[in-house]
Amino acid sequence: MSIELEINGVKRQVAAEADTPLLWVLRDELHMTGTKYGCGVAQCGACTVHLDGQPVRSCQTPVGSVGAGKITTIEGLGGTHPLQASWVKHDVPQCGYCQSGQIMSAAALLAATPKPTDADIDAAMSGNLCRCGAYQRIRAAIKDASGELAVTAKA
Amino acid sequence: MYIAPEKTRTPSGGQGASRRELIVGAALVGGSLLVGCSPADIMGAGAPKTDFGAFGPFIKIDADGAVTVMNKHQEMGQGNHAGLSAIVAEEMDADWSTVKVQHAAANAKVYANSLMGVQGTGGSTAIANSWMQLRTAGATARAMFVQAAADAWKVPAAEVTVKDGVVSHASGKSAQFGDLLADAAKVTPPKSVKLKDPKDFTLIGTERVRRKDSLAKATGQARYTQDVYLPDMLTAVVAHAPRFGGKVKSFDDTAARKVPGVVDVFAIATGVAVVANGVYAARKGREALKVEWDDAKAESRSSAEMLADYHRIARGELTPSDDKWAPFTTKGDATGQFDGTDVLHATYDFPYLAHATMEPMNCVAQVDGSKCKLTYGAQGHSLDQMAAAMVVVNLPGAIEIETLFAGGSFGRRSSWDSDYVVEAVQIAKHVGRFRPVKLVWTREDDMTAGHYRPMAHHAVAVKVGKDGYPAAWRHRVVVQSFAKASPMMASMMVKNNVDSTTVEGTAGSPYLAATPVVDAQVFTPHSPVTTLWWRSVGATHTAPVMEHTIDQLAARAKIDPVEYRRELYRRAGEAGARHLAVLNLAVEKAGWGTLEDGWTRGVAVHESFGSVVANVCEAKVIDGEPRVRKVTVAVDCGIAIAPNQIAAQMEGGTCYGLSAALFGQVTLDKGRPQQTNFDTYRVLRQNEAPQVETWIVPSAHPPSGVGEPGTPVIMASLPNALFAATGKPVSSFPLVKA
Ligand code: FES
Ligand code: FES
Repeated sequence: MSIELEINGVKRQVAAEADTPLLWVLRDELHMTGTKYGCGVAQCGACTVHLDGQPVRSCQTPVGSVGAGKITTIEGLGGTHPLQASWVKHDVPQCGYCQSGQIMSAAALLAATPKPTDADIDAAMSGNLCRCGAYQRIRAAIKDASGELAVTAKA
Repeated sequence: MYIAPEKTRTPSGGQGASRRELIVGAALVGGSLLVGCSPADIMGAGAPKTDFGAFGPFIKIDADGAVTVMNKHQEMGQGNHAGLSAIVAEEMDADWSTVKVQHAAANAKVYANSLMGVQGTGGSTAIANSWMQLRTAGATARAMFVQAAADAWKVPAAEVTVKDGVVSHASGKSAQFGDLLADAAKVTPPKSVKLKDPKDFTLIGTERVRRKDSLAKATGQARYTQDVYLPDMLTAVVAHAPRFGGKVKSFDDTAARKVPGVVDVFAIATGVAVVANGVYAARKGREALKVEWDDAKAESRSSAEMLADYHRIARGELTPSDDKWAPFTTKGDATGQFDGTDVLHATYDFPYLAHATMEPMNCVAQVDGSKCKLTYGAQGHSLDQMAAAMVVVNLPGAIEIETLFAGGSFGRRSSWDSDYVVEAVQIAKHVGRFRPVKLVWTREDDMTAGHYRPMAHHAVAVKVGKDGYPAAWRHRVVVQSFAKASPMMASMMVKNNVDSTTVEGTAGSPYLAATPVVDAQVFTPHSPVTTLWWRSVGATHTAPVMEHTIDQLAARAKIDPVEYRRELYRRAGEAGARHLAVLNLAVEKAGWGTLEDGWTRGVAVHESFGSVVANVCEAKVIDGEPRVRKVTVAVDCGIAIAPNQIAAQMEGGTCYGLSAALFGQVTLDKGRPQQTNFDTYRVLRQNEAPQVETWIVPSAHPPSGVGEPGTPVIMASLPNALFAATGKPVSSFPLVKA
């Protein structure tokens, strides 16, 4: 069936079964590869995107359930988000495979909580696995970005 | 201990095979005997002749003078894109801010790992084996620019200087690399070049050496295998046997073929392939497939039964016919030494561990007749080329590989049987016409596909002398050998029936060097469960065993564990010198002695892959689970090229080891893995991660690796911290029982 989606501000038509996870529509239909597959069962966070500003696991979001919801993916942050600058400053990524999801979770955190505490970071980020163990740099980069984001926040 | 240049190392681990043995191994696998060729000749046979340009296979220079370094290794997170390109930039005096780096194609003739003899990444060797090669390449290119400038300006070459990509002369003349490019390319490369004195380095060892790929990885632009989309590409998944060693008996694909998007269903050596348009259709097709499996030769035991067998083997009550005890360190006469009351007995159990890379295994293959191209996060280029060549019947070097980023490896991407690569090639061969096929493993496929860190059991008995220090040491290791599972690996890594990766870290331990009588032996039972190197390989079990045994000995002697180690390192002499230095540094920086509120410290020191790491952790049991809040690491890895990335590897290696020590295990029930995804295979999360502080020992020695050596020490310092709190030794992993 044909489904209309709004992704990063652009309307897209896709042909997919309604039960297809949004993740695979983004990847296999639209070839938007920034959003990653890691587990398929909402355990790793690699597939995190925003749906109307809320972080969701796209592997567990049937494309038919999205409706008129606005989807934002890592590509939608445009490379200029303060978190992305902070990620580079702290050399956060190792293999990098988890990092799109980490940044999308962090962006949603900062949008809701501009100055997150360690407990806020734990709560928002513990659903995002990093097998390379970049955790302490992720935490540092979020904290570093939080000052800057207070001015420019628009996740 | 530095790696002897005439020896080869296998991807991630084993040491000690000669080139000659590697050739024999390669010939065995290739099924033909090639005498008088180097391994690179064999693995590179059939390689397309490529013109690498004036500056050789490692350096490309754009018209604007920007330098691109070709990385013959896999950048799988460990930061070698940064370290390797910094080596070139240093000797070349290039402008570091504009230096770029790319993965090189597979070509063993020019890109062989000089410590392996073939192209591959592992054993924390990327920097070590490239050190002189890339310095020479960089210095040679620099000399060519200097000569070009000297000729153009009619001044002596000795008076020409280079800094940040600018060539200049005291007369005021100056030019960019780009300006001189055409002339420099015509200069005959000098036969020998003078390398910098390390004290004159301006880039290496500084904070300026940072990752080159952080922006690409922070914006979703970095390209992994999973991200490959080619015109007309198909996606494949495979129904694998539920038990190791199982085979397809029969299958019914009627329903699978009716799933929209499914293109074809067919049997391959390892199962039944479902080929479709996209991952979701392929998975649905596989769900609709009915397969009957033949488990006649499959592993049917539970892991608990297998472990019970290991215990019986260690006690001498069971001797499977497929192996025999192999001594690996023997000193003095151990007869009758271990019967008295002055003997400490300790046993340890280690489970199977999955690598659980963030990106599950995958590979894009295109095959037309004997022509084959692979696009993926290649780590064991030459091994994979050889394995693919056998499927399509071609020369290894003719298998084209485009190397992408790997979403983690920890050893998994380079497997001795090239398992996922062979699967992709078989499927692409069936599809034919060079049509691209992306083999996708789901998390469940990846986690149940074996190639685990082997399960292991150690039984240790130490006779304690009057001074409280070891007088005699008996050590029995029971562990599967992955080297013995493959004739080629066996030829490279097994000597006198000892697979070095099963005992490294116990073999070579300074504690055994300090003990007058040693009887250490290993037994490697066979199972169809496949095993593989896993970040730091043998050290994943030998480090916790040696270090936790030392703490138990120290406690028994009522000597502080740091002091106890210092004394043993002194007794070990040269073999303990670097250990002593890192221990002292770690303890100085971490502090030592009692902490408040029930927190305790544990220490561990271990050498692996030529680097020595000491780790002091602060731990406490909270809500029934051990928590680590702070870890102080001291590392001696020779000359530190990229300090920031060394720290990153100590941080990441610590988390990886901590995750395994706390939670990691794959258990088998009647031969079937019980953990299939992150809901059952628990791994470390953000709220459980410690703060890691890294200190680097200044060194003038050539660089050694940092990708692995940070991992095993936390697996030992944490049990030591818990032991300090409770007085109860740890005897099995993981520490948090499911
Ligand atoms: S892939 Fe969606 S949470 Fe892991
Ligand atoms: S950077 Fe590799 S999994 Fe996070």
